[in-house]
Amino acid sequence: MTQPNITLISFGYFGKHFLEKIAEAVKLEFKYSVIIKESHLDLSEFFDPGRRQYNGNKLLHAVNNLSMPQTLKTVGMFSVDLFIPILTYIFGQAELNGHAGIASLYRLSNERYGIAPDDQLLLERFTKEVIHELGHTFGLIHCMTPDCVMRSGTYVEDIDQKDQHLCHNCRRQLDAADKAW
Amino acid sequence: MARKISILVVDDEESVRDSLSNWFIEDGYHVDCAENAKKALQLIESSHFDIILADIKMPGMDGLEMLRRIKSLRNDSIVIVMTAFASVNTAVMALKDGAFDYVTKPFDPDDLSHLIRNASKQILLAQENETLKNKVISLDNVEDLIGNSQAMKEVLKQVESVAQSNSSVIITGESGTGKELIARAIHANSSRKYYPLVSVHCGALTESLLESELFGHEKGAFTGAMYNRKGRFEMADSGTIFLDEIATISPKMQIELLRVLETKSFVRVGGNKETSSDFRVICATNRDLKSMVEQGTFREDLYYRLNVVNINVPPLRERVEDIPLLVDYFIKKYCTTMNKPLITIDDAAMQRLGEYPFPGNIRELENMIERAIVIGNGKKITLKDLPFGKDMIDNSIESLDDFEKTFIRQILNKYSWNITRTAKALKVDRVTLYNKIKKYDLKPDE
Repeated sequence: MTQPNITLISFGYFGKHFLEKIAEAVKLEFKYSVIIKESHLDLSEFFDPGRRQYNGNKLLHAVNNLSMPQTLKTVGMFSVDLFIPILTYIFGQAELNGHAGIASLYRLSNERYGIAPDDQLLLERFTKEVIHELGHTFGLIHCMTPDCVMRSGTYVEDIDQKDQHLCHNCRRQLDAADKAW
Repeated sequence: MARKISILVVDDEESVRDSLSNWFIEDGYHVDCAENAKKALQLIESSHFDIILADIKMPGMDGLEMLRRIKSLRNDSIVIVMTAFASVNTAVMALKDGAFDYVTKPFDPDDLSHLIRNASKQILLAQENETLKNKVISLDNVEDLIGNSQAMKEVLKQVESVAQSNSSVIITGESGTGKELIARAIHANSSRKYYPLVSVHCGALTESLLESELFGHEKGAFTGAMYNRKGRFEMADSGTIFLDEIATISPKMQIELLRVLETKSFVRVGGNKETSSDFRVICATNRDLKSMVEQGTFREDLYYRLNVVNINVPPLRERVEDIPLLVDYFIKKYCTTMNKPLITIDDAAMQRLGEYPFPGNIRELENMIERAIVIGNGKKITLKDLPFGKDMIDNSIESLDDFEKTFIRQILNKYSWNITRTAKALKVDRVTLYNKIKKYDLKPDE
């Protein structure tokens, strides 16, 4: 029988090395094998001309529909600006205790804030964002521990301050959830 | 452990409700949604929400009208209004009507997080404040349990053993023996001590008032019911309810009380929804409930429901050895309260107190000491400072003039030699009072 896995689906161009590094970090954190896939969606269907952004709720729904039977969790990775109707922007989102999550590079790069590019920093930020959204799919809520990856981050500075690992408490909850799976 | 903050999102747009709901759930809040004001008000009536996030522009009742209604239903809920059509006027109106804040859609995620975090902080601080107040009140009152006699030691032993259980307790004893203090001691030593101890003096209220006091009422349930009001059972949630003078409640209230004790749920007066509360019940009475049961004036089933543990507080005449301790305690208490130097009591006065039967028990002793401190010479309590009802004879008074002199001195002492207040109390003018002071050569005590 095929072991359950976590699938990372990239939409748009992501470097191979970049994706492998993220997969490695996800595997280390969640102890499941990680599969990287490329896929394509017609993003114009998700574009809101009034806001010039892409609807995160609809994208999350679309990614959820792409889940395979042996896939435990799926994260869709994008490089477009995401929003949900009530918020000006989001870095990503996921269904709490669900199957899918999405994350975007768009607001994580230094260039967006007029600073010199830093590929390593971008990788770290995006890795944290992917692990954070996956944490939600495993039922973890925002954590108050300053360096926990599940700490809520609304600015890139918040993401930089946290670590890419779960704190002791979130780890314990994840292990408990794992047993339930 | 801090409880989960509950949030109600009211917006006619499904995508907004879903987005906010997901966002708050990820933050660990308990979230409910309503698509219009009518449904929101129904939810608010049946459940408590700490924070209500309401859109202003909605079909039917708008957010501002809903805000006013929410404030009349649950004044402690925090309401944040939101709209895509920002205008200063609406913001001012919302804030005047009691909104916590006003935000325009779409929000910056950081602003939303800060707003909710601030609102949560305010809610948790208010709860903590309430809990600490109750804790201080409870602990204060345990110190009031004074007694070294065997009878009192037995009572304290019973208090200690019963406090940790959840059983109903009936405290019996004559009026003035300190039954309420025993109830406070049980509560303060129980696991419920950080939650409220709610006291109800059943004898002081009419049947309908008692019903509304115990179960609460809905707005408009009767004339003068302007707001929804929590009842004492609801207030005592997680804590203890103390029903004093339980023997005075009517047969109808006895039935209702029995039902509440059995189900731990009740319906507010004028309402139709069951409300649950986890409380422990402690009752007190100076009557013999058993004989009331035999006479048919107190329900037997209620008696057995309440009388799981019975603590009988002995009258003061059966523990005379506690009188010196109590006298010392009351002297300290009232000298401190009245900001006077600590005084003592002479042997003759103490001996007389030991011989007196104290029909009014500790309450009578306390009143005697308070009075003696008010009217005494400020150095020592003597026999003449203590009134013993009809037995009071002051041998030093032999004439009407002597009586007048003593009386005027007492009242002057009572008002700290404030001439205006003393004259007013004696119902004479200031000149007359000055003349009397001169006539009897009265001087303030050193």
